[in-house]
Amino acid sequence: MFIEVREQGFEPYQLIADYQSKANFAGKYGATAVFVGTMREFNEGDDVATMWLEHYPGMTENYLKKISEEAESKWDLLDSLIIHRVGEMRPNDPIVLVAVWSAHRAAAFDASRYLMEELKSRAPFWKKETLPDKTRWVKKNT
Amino acid sequence: MTIHVKFFASLREQLGKSEVELDTDSAITVLAVWQQVTDHSPLPEHTLLAVNMEYVNSSCAVKSGDEVAFFPPVTGG
Repeated sequence: MFIEVREQGFEPYQLIADYQSKANFAGKYGATAVFVGTMREFNEGDDVATMWLEHYPGMTENYLKKISEEAESKWDLLDSLIIHRVGEMRPNDPIVLVAVWSAHRAAAFDASRYLMEELKSRAPFWKKETLPDKTRWVKKNT
Repeated sequence: MTIHVKFFASLREQLGKSEVELDTDSAITVLAVWQQVTDHSPLPEHTLLAVNMEYVNSSCAVKSGDEVAFFPPVTGG
């Protein structure tokens, strides 16, 4: 299980390749499910120039760990990874990376979906968008 | 007893502060903490509540040294 909340940008595909090359499950996994959430240049009909992500240090990590443990208890997983950006970001920047490794595809698909949905409803992150003429907090996740 | 109170995101901006210490003599609920630190403002609808970084409901009892947090619905991912 790997969890990271970071301010620096990251390259999700390179990161997955590096993580897999050092993992102790080589030869055992038949399925890798990867989800990448990326910042859009639009939201609710408006152009978005930049976005600022706030979080609750400590509680965020606790909940990412909690949902990862829940996924491990629900499915037969070899490993899971969650990386989430905070701070200032721009369109095209990856915001979140979730990856799950398992022997067969069903567990990887289902667990990666579970991790993303639970992250969106429980992990304490908040997005603030900068539009051409104002800033606004995103009110709820869709 | 002292309670550490934190606010995040739009709630932090509306209140103009990110944290405050509350001193109180008696046992108190999370809702009472909100009322005392905001001069009895109503708790905004959909506000999420946490004690020591775990989600709770507004009737949860708070003890000395606890960290209580108030924040709007989360929007990560």
